[in-house]
Amino acid sequence: MSHFLTAAVLTATVAAGIQLATPFLLAALGETMGERSGVVNLGVDGIMLLGAFGAYWVAAKTGSLVLATAAGLGIGLVMGLLTAFVSVTLKAEQGISGIGVFLFGLGLTNVMLLKLFASPVTIPALPAVRIPLLYRIPYFGTMFFTQNWLVYLAFVLVPVLTFVLNRTTYGMKIRAVGENPAAADTVGVSVSRIRYSTVILGCTLAGLAGATLLMLVGIFQEDLTNSEGFIAVALVYFGAFRPLGVMAGSLLYGMVGAVVVTWKTLGIIPTSASDIASMAPAVLTVLALLFVARRFQQPAALGKPYLRGG
Amino acid sequence: MKQHLLRWPVVLVAATTVALAAAACGSSPSSSPKASSTGSSSVKTLKVALIEPSLRNDLAFSQSMYAAVESLAGPMHLQVSVSDNLFNVTDAGNAMRQYASEGYNLIIAHGSQYGGTVEQLAPQFPKTSFAWGTAGVTYGLKNVFAYQANSQEGGYVEGYIASLLSKSKVLGVIGPINVGDAHLYVVGFHAGAMAADPKATVHTSFTGSFSDDTLMATAAKAYVAEHADVLTGSSQSVVGAIGLAKQDNVAWFGTQWDQASLAPSQVVASQVYDWTGVLKQMITAIRGGVLGGATYTITLGNGGEKIVYNPSYPLPASIKSAANKVISEIINGTITPPTN
Amino acid sequence: MRWRRTTQETRAAGAAGRKDLLFSWFALPAAGILALLLGTLLLLAFGANPLTAYRALVSGAFDGTYALTSTAVKAVPLLLVGAGICIAFRANMLNIGGEGQIAMGGLAATATALAVPSLPAIILVPLVLLAGAVGGGIWGAIPGAFKAYFQVNEILSTIMLNLVAVQFMNYLLSGPLVANSGYAVGGLIPQTKLLSRNAWLPTLIAGTQLHLGVLIAVLLAVGVYVLLWHTGIGFRIRAVGLSRDASRYAGMSVRPTMTLAMTLAGALSGVAGAMLVVGSVSHRMVTDGTLTGFTGNAGFNGIVVALFAGLNPLWTILTSFLFAGLLVGGISAQVITGVPADVVTAFNGLVVVLVVSVEFLRRRARARARAAAIAGPDPGGGGEIPETGGEMPGTEVPA
Repeated sequence: MSHFLTAAVLTATVAAGIQLATPFLLAALGETMGERSGVVNLGVDGIMLLGAFGAYWVAAKTGSLVLATAAGLGIGLVMGLLTAFVSVTLKAEQGISGIGVFLFGLGLTNVMLLKLFASPVTIPALPAVRIPLLYRIPYFGTMFFTQNWLVYLAFVLVPVLTFVLNRTTYGMKIRAVGENPAAADTVGVSVSRIRYSTVILGCTLAGLAGATLLMLVGIFQEDLTNSEGFIAVALVYFGAFRPLGVMAGSLLYGMVGAVVVTWKTLGIIPTSASDIASMAPAVLTVLALLFVARRFQQPAALGKPYLRGG
Repeated sequence: MKQHLLRWPVVLVAATTVALAAAACGSSPSSSPKASSTGSSSVKTLKVALIEPSLRNDLAFSQSMYAAVESLAGPMHLQVSVSDNLFNVTDAGNAMRQYASEGYNLIIAHGSQYGGTVEQLAPQFPKTSFAWGTAGVTYGLKNVFAYQANSQEGGYVEGYIASLLSKSKVLGVIGPINVGDAHLYVVGFHAGAMAADPKATVHTSFTGSFSDDTLMATAAKAYVAEHADVLTGSSQSVVGAIGLAKQDNVAWFGTQWDQASLAPSQVVASQVYDWTGVLKQMITAIRGGVLGGATYTITLGNGGEKIVYNPSYPLPASIKSAANKVISEIINGTITPPTN
Repeated sequence: MRWRRTTQETRAAGAAGRKDLLFSWFALPAAGILALLLGTLLLLAFGANPLTAYRALVSGAFDGTYALTSTAVKAVPLLLVGAGICIAFRANMLNIGGEGQIAMGGLAATATALAVPSLPAIILVPLVLLAGAVGGGIWGAIPGAFKAYFQVNEILSTIMLNLVAVQFMNYLLSGPLVANSGYAVGGLIPQTKLLSRNAWLPTLIAGTQLHLGVLIAVLLAVGVYVLLWHTGIGFRIRAVGLSRDASRYAGMSVRPTMTLAMTLAGALSGVAGAMLVVGSVSHRMVTDGTLTGFTGNAGFNGIVVALFAGLNPLWTILTSFLFAGLLVGGISAQVITGVPADVVTAFNGLVVVLVVSVEFLRRRARARARAAAIAGPDPGGGGEIPETGGEMPGTEVPA
């Protein structure tokens, strides 16, 4: 344990935890917006995969991470349009359509990987961006202020989205639509338009999350996300549909994961207990919620397509 | 939702049947191969099916066998069909059965999880040869070959080199799950490192997944923070760790596939599986009427296992010659890397 | 009766209503054809002949005894999970934990079979299935109780428990339960010993994979139907699903009912897990480090087939069989055309999205047509559409 408590190891662990948390955070923040307005999207994992693959292809062909990020965003946007169309206009059963999107994304990305990359190559690494001045803070500077810019973006989105949800008219409309779409409709809020916007935003963030994951790993592989999209959806519930809570959940999950890995490398967790230890992030996340026993309500209209007059 | 849906499953079935009725009747479908041979008239084309648990371009386990089979398709007059990403054993079993019913001569079940299925299917198709790997058991069946890799040999050599190369004398090993090839390689690596320098420290950990790249990357990062300057690992998820090795300029030793292209300045050498020798023996046996009953092992000795040095990595000549000496000692039996 | 009603409706509906009716009849086949078209594009992109592929799909799923029995066997976990989903979702408990529950059931069943291999089959087979039910049941009871008593959202807890289950499976199958033979050199395969013959599910038709599990699954699905609509417990489950407040006011014990619903769903998935082990070709439990390797995604696909069946366990029998046909036929199509297996996965996803997309429209058109019929020949547009949901059971009335 003494090895763990050294500065080098601790800072590396925290920095790693933040990085592990980032894709979850991005996807979960996006899903939060959608769910706040009443739309559940279980296809987040599929969209992350599609975004990741698009980013990979672009990065491999052009060498530009900026273009790759744009690709991830673009694919997320397109999938957002489709998802919104299916869930809001066609009013399809949101649970099933999401799983359909997941299967589609999983299958298509594997197929494209086979077709386009006979032997996959690595892409350029994500540069670490030092926040001026702040990065010089001992230890914390390395942990928090020497990350890549996608990490910064994800964490900046937390207060931004909180502000949007709680202090803007748009946010108020989102919440209204999620709680009581009929009432919102009566006062002239276009339920459809609001839901379209949140779903598109959510899926765009999911695409970005996929691109982020891809750039963190450096290469695309089958099922790159490993069900992270589903964990992201779960984290929305953990965070009580609030960006701050979602951030807490993502960090908890990511940090515990990083600590477990580090303890394994140090031998604090012996090989024989390796599998049991790998359960820790999931178990602790559930236990955390158990003991924080928040009684929260999910948006009353969550999962229900809105039908005027119905 | 409740009563209206009663109708539509029927409609769906009807629609599908109508739409496909024309297509569905007629002669039974025939196989279209992925790679076929231009066989000479004297050698009968052998139909070979390859079943793999991950994608054929996974830069690791599956790719090693796929590349081997493809390279032999022309010279040995093979017609090759591939069903990859079949990690679900039931689905793989269905695919195997389908190939067997279509008269394929050799079905390569490239994954240790397929063993039980092979055990049950082989007796039902006595004229088909089944090759199962990596494993060392043929279940006493006359039409089952088994093949395996002495990964501990390559591991030993790489551990030896790693230990000599390392300045901090701290080495990091990241495995997926402590079974199979990964286990053998890790054990060998550890032994080799100790043999080169008993004062070296080898850390080993297992991420718990064959496919979670980010956990591999995190483990690599942790090792670097712990002053490791040489890393290695096993399974297709190592690319996560290699990415980190590239970023932090830490030396990497590859397994199962030549991983030099992933980090040209950091990969020192890779233990590569070359299955062509084993395949040639099996195919020749099948053509001679023997459909199974033998276990093949790739080793440094028979060339099935190779240490491929990365030409772009400046490995000191003294270390390289020491390594080559170790290789020859393993081959002639002076050194026997442990398996546990 | 339904046919008569339809012709009456058609006559009464008038022109506008008839258009709606026609739409409702053709929407679904249209979606099916659109799926086929998109699938064709996918296949062509991989140089496969779409006709060959579709022919292989259908014949691989339904043509001949072997195909039919393979499809039936593949449908078993889908049906069991789906039947469980019918219970859980109707109690408003969103069980996304099917994968983990299947795995825990499989582990419990395997452990039992390894522990008492020499019991006679007539005892061991039911015991093994029961063990599966217990294993899965526990894995369903935990999130159920967490939700009922601690308000921990079940989507969160079930997804997290899936993650725990996979690690537990890896641990047991590379450690305590691993077979010590079968690998000459020393590296172990994460699989168990061959399970005793006494635990194997008897084959119903020799030479096929069709095992007793298929019958048991169908019986269990019927049992779930009976439970939900002809027993007090079932009534309570459905009542709690519709309105927790009303149920509590009516004196029902809401929290135990919620827990029970999840436990039953988990138990059914657990039986599926048991059958996946003792009904499988290999008769061992083996892992590749993921849940999907063992379950074949049945935990998620079970949700799809249950929702397609309107959360009715009897119709789930049909939908699970059809979906299984898509999966089994897909393997055939892959083998015959040589396209990568994931083309089939992508195609499955497309089919699911397209079918569910038109479903609501189709229902709405039907309802509009019926409203037109009631209103008379000139409906004058719109009218009240009887709200029949299309929702995921997610009505959370604050407790």
